[in-house]
Amino acid sequence: MSQVLHTPPPIQAPPADEDLSALAARHGLTVSGARPSLPAYVRQLWDRRHFITAFATAKLTAQYSQAKLGQVWQVMTPLLNAAVYYFIFGVLLGTKQHVPDYIPFLVTGVFIWTFTQSSIMAGTRAIAGNLGLVRALHFPRAALPISFALQQLQQLMFSMAALIVILLCFGVPVSASWLLVIPALLLQSVFNTGVSMIVARMGAKTPDIAQLMPFVLRTWMYVSGVMWSIDRITKSDDLPHIVLVLLQTNPAAVYIDLMRYALIDSFHANQLPPHVWPVALGWALVAGVGGFIYFWKAEETYGRG
Amino acid sequence: MAEQTSEHAIEFITDGRTAAEDRASGGHTAEWTPGSAESPEDARGERVPTVVAEDVDIVYRVNGTGAGRGTATAALNRIMRRRQAEKAAGVRLVHAVKKVSFVAYKGEAIGLIGTNGSGKSTLLKAIAGLLPVERGHIYTHGQPSLLGVNAALMNDLTGERNVYLGGLAMGMSREQVRQRYQDIVDFSGINEKGDFITLPMRTYSSGMAARLRFSIAAAKDHDVLLIDEALATGDRSFQKRSEERIRELRQSAGTVFLVSHNNKSIRDTCERVLWLERGELRMDGPTEDVMQAYEAFTGDKKK
Repeated sequence: MSQVLHTPPPIQAPPADEDLSALAARHGLTVSGARPSLPAYVRQLWDRRHFITAFATAKLTAQYSQAKLGQVWQVMTPLLNAAVYYFIFGVLLGTKQHVPDYIPFLVTGVFIWTFTQSSIMAGTRAIAGNLGLVRALHFPRAALPISFALQQLQQLMFSMAALIVILLCFGVPVSASWLLVIPALLLQSVFNTGVSMIVARMGAKTPDIAQLMPFVLRTWMYVSGVMWSIDRITKSDDLPHIVLVLLQTNPAAVYIDLMRYALIDSFHANQLPPHVWPVALGWALVAGVGGFIYFWKAEETYGRG
Repeated sequence: MAEQTSEHAIEFITDGRTAAEDRASGGHTAEWTPGSAESPEDARGERVPTVVAEDVDIVYRVNGTGAGRGTATAALNRIMRRRQAEKAAGVRLVHAVKKVSFVAYKGEAIGLIGTNGSGKSTLLKAIAGLLPVERGHIYTHGQPSLLGVNAALMNDLTGERNVYLGGLAMGMSREQVRQRYQDIVDFSGINEKGDFITLPMRTYSSGMAARLRFSIAAAKDHDVLLIDEALATGDRSFQKRSEERIRELRQSAGTVFLVSHNNKSIRDTCERVLWLERGELRMDGPTEDVMQAYEAFTGDKKK
């Protein structure tokens, strides 16, 4: 079967130019794989909404399907995460002396932060890690980062269920303010999706972003007050004003504190950063809309070899 | 090049045949040029083009090749000199498709042949709009779809869920998938030997998985259908069924492109063949002419 093939002598030159584009235009043919306009793109994306949700659910289910405990890991993983942080920051470093209800405080912080963190990490690989899918099928590529962000939101729902149990175990009373969880999560989800679309485009062009991102995210985590209360620092006056403002407008910190305020009765409104709801809404809009447009601008380049 | 194009444009509009003949006598002896056999005067004529490729070049960029590949210094070098010279920075350009032009018309079934690595699948992906072209243009009628769904499926999920996922990934609505679900399962024959559709796909044999994948992919109707060697999956009885399904798809689709190394299935399915060799369009003509030249080239004596 083996055959040695030499460069074939040109039997026939490639057809010379004729006005093919005019022919195409006359029959109303369009450029294959061209970027659609923004409204058309949104419409296409909406048409694929069932795929987006099905893909997210499928990913989530497939995740632990090989493990013996199966879906139990959905709840176990965040709990173990919280236990580790409790051991380090609560027991070893003694942060808990400064914060009432430290365990609910910490666990809320860890879960909410993990939501943002894993959405962004998944975003960096959303295109780069699914090149097979991108090269095989035609769909608006934004479906991928959105689907991944949605998967993280579903994951968070498991964590939230565990969180509710923890809160009740530690005697945090159920209150009407728990309803604030819904708008807070909504805003955070939009923010996460926007950021993951931004890193998805960056990761598609430069896959190295996925290597760098864990370090960026870890730094971000430590300044976001996941394990400690930001208001303790901001209330002392020895910080330059700019640092203070940065700490208080940090989106991760804003969303974490909002959730704590909603869920934990000993976390009072005066511990929240100033103008917290407008800031939370602002970040969601800026990241959501900006990220979407930024991602769409490179739509036709995704999947280039 | 551009000037030449516009010059031809005028000629072409005033008299299509002249342009085609000019092209044919342009220094090379063309055996058969697309469109020259029948009238290319499509503006008023019957033949409606569905895919127009104009001087298409496709280039892959591969990082980390060349001297010292993968070393830290090479990588650093690449970053620092990104804009200056891609070649010096160790990025290798693979010119997969070179200056390919053709016009495909409604109702045609076109075979793409060529030895391995000659750019057939790449060209198909570019027609589907899944790979950007480096130079030139590809114009299409509607959205051509690649008959392939493998990448969307997940081995850890059951066959049942994969049918839904694959269908949705191809752009079918939930309702459509639900309607065709039973057909897909029956066609794949997965349940012939027991209730396998509710088992994870990783437990399937490779033949079973391939059958299910083909069944999902073939469940949708397409305008311009691109098939990449999908006919060779499964056992004999399944192959027969899939060939039948391909014929059905051809009737509903405007144009079919088929990439295959199976000369028989090309002859059975296509009336026109494009022969790609090393990324260049070597021949374009009626199936029998091209196949004979191709078989002479590869030394294949099979009839």
